[in-house]
Amino acid sequence: MGKKIRISYLLNAVGVTLIFAVLSGLFSAGVFGTSTTYIQGICTTACYTIIMVASLNLVVGFMGEFSLGHAGFVSVGAYASAIVSGLLTGKGLPDLGLFLVALLAGGLAAGVMGVLVGIPALRLRGDYLAIVTMAFAEIIRVCFCNFAITGGKTMSGILKLSTFPRAFWVMVVCVSIMFLFVRSKFGRTIRAIREDYIAASASGINVTFYKVMTFAISAFFAGIGGSIYAHYMTAMIPTNFNFAYSAELLSEVIIGGTGSLTGSVIGAAFLSVLPEAMRDFATYRMLAYSVVLVLVMLFRPGGIFGHWEFSLTHLLDKITRRESVKEGA
Amino acid sequence: MAASLFVQGLINGLNQGAIYALIALGYTMVYGIIRMINFAHGDFIMIGAYTLFYTIPLMVNAGMPAWMAVIIAIVVCALVGVLVEILAYKPVRKAGSMSALITALAMSIFLENLAMVLFGAKPHNVQAIFQLPTVRVGSVSLPLNVLLTIAIGLLIMLGMQFFVKKTNLGKAMRAVPQDKDASTLVGINVDRIITLTFAIGSGLAAVAALMYCSTYPRVTNDMGSMMGMKAFIAAVLGGIGVIPGAMLGGILVGLIEIFVKLFAPGWYEAVTYGTLIVILLVKPSGILGKNLGEKV
Repeated sequence: MGKKIRISYLLNAVGVTLIFAVLSGLFSAGVFGTSTTYIQGICTTACYTIIMVASLNLVVGFMGEFSLGHAGFVSVGAYASAIVSGLLTGKGLPDLGLFLVALLAGGLAAGVMGVLVGIPALRLRGDYLAIVTMAFAEIIRVCFCNFAITGGKTMSGILKLSTFPRAFWVMVVCVSIMFLFVRSKFGRTIRAIREDYIAASASGINVTFYKVMTFAISAFFAGIGGSIYAHYMTAMIPTNFNFAYSAELLSEVIIGGTGSLTGSVIGAAFLSVLPEAMRDFATYRMLAYSVVLVLVMLFRPGGIFGHWEFSLTHLLDKITRRESVKEGA
Repeated sequence: MAASLFVQGLINGLNQGAIYALIALGYTMVYGIIRMINFAHGDFIMIGAYTLFYTIPLMVNAGMPAWMAVIIAIVVCALVGVLVEILAYKPVRKAGSMSALITALAMSIFLENLAMVLFGAKPHNVQAIFQLPTVRVGSVSLPLNVLLTIAIGLLIMLGMQFFVKKTNLGKAMRAVPQDKDASTLVGINVDRIITLTFAIGSGLAAVAALMYCSTYPRVTNDMGSMMGMKAFIAAVLGGIGVIPGAMLGGILVGLIEIFVKLFAPGWYEAVTYGTLIVILLVKPSGILGKNLGEKV
């Protein structure tokens, strides 16, 4: 590991800690008065939405295939983690331990589901793949509606384990892993597949393997997002995870920028805060979404951020260089 | 008893299937010509149904039969379809299939929420369209409006098949997806043909709305999305882009739904989607679809 890389890691860690410190400082100082819990809740919502959207971006942006069934994986994670945390309650585990075990269980269950769905579905491409992912998500939803263990219509009484600090740090870890994944050899491979799958397979890449793996990883993180969701909401019905939810997640990916995790993070955070800020216009929310989506498609087909990634080190470099230029002049 | 239950299910399934088939026809025609899944197509049915809801009382007051309202509904739907095509789909047509799919998805969300803002989220009840008696044959009850629905569906499908195979416009519609440049060379106005396809597909959605409302007289702003999805599955099942495929797929989905509902009410959607997955994996181009190889 070079010195430069080490410094940039350190810088980013400091940056993230600063954001967290500012947010939790604001909460504990009681700046928002009576609405502190409410705003904390919105931030938790933003955290799990970021994980879901970023994970969907792995498939849509980096692999270049459509998934209209991401809500299915989210729901698998949510239900699996809720069942696990329900079984382990009162076994002497501390809350944090229970939370992490539930997260892992949710993620693994969704990941396994991702492999199971991916192996048959990823033989198809483009429009057909989009339809099949949607069909799988609907089947998952119907199953949850009918299984006894998921409580049939409603599952309630899930422990409220998702606090803002936990959700925040889980989000940071997940997004970092996804970022490293995209930058790795594996990530370059799936981008090669996106650009030209025939050329990629001609140069010795096992296209199916990489596609299924990416799908599973994406599902894994979606499941973690779902686990946080379940332990934040404490009650859920399978119809929460319908096609409309998948479409909403997909539109957040597109608006933020396909192929840009920065876009997903900022887009998801912004789009989960915005509706809360404009409660009075709740009826117009989805209307505005769709108009923005069409406008983005018309004028910036790659999304607002395109492929651009935010980099703290580059930003700092720029600032310091500009200052040194000024000094020189 | 079992036999009569079967016949009853068969008739209900055909009724449902005829509606799906008509909607699937719209999907198939649009996909056949520009290779785009028009997610907003389901919402055209909703628009048709709302038009019927508002125009049927007017028609009845004017002393005309209620079903005449469908003419206005067809015009409204065709207009909306053409508008959506010109304003949203045409500008992104060159940008690739991903942009087209997202634009279609966005238009669907837009129309649904626009309807909610304009008409409210409460369901409206549509006035009865056909006042026809129910005939009993043995222990099977046959509502005549169900039979009428099936008959209308079949008639329109035969008409469409004739239109596409025999008329000049229909031939142009088949020529455009095969080779856009060559069609332009032989004097086909490609843009106009695409717009016409949207107009016809959307108009068919209005007829589907009439048939749906005569069986289930309820209009909501999200009625289109679920039905559109099923019809879309029907189109893919039969082979998207092929008109007989839409009929076959529609009737298949309708029958599957009604019969699974008889035995396992909670699972019918899962079975429908499961069938779709199996068909797509075995024969990705659908039951009647032609398999087109891909050029490197």
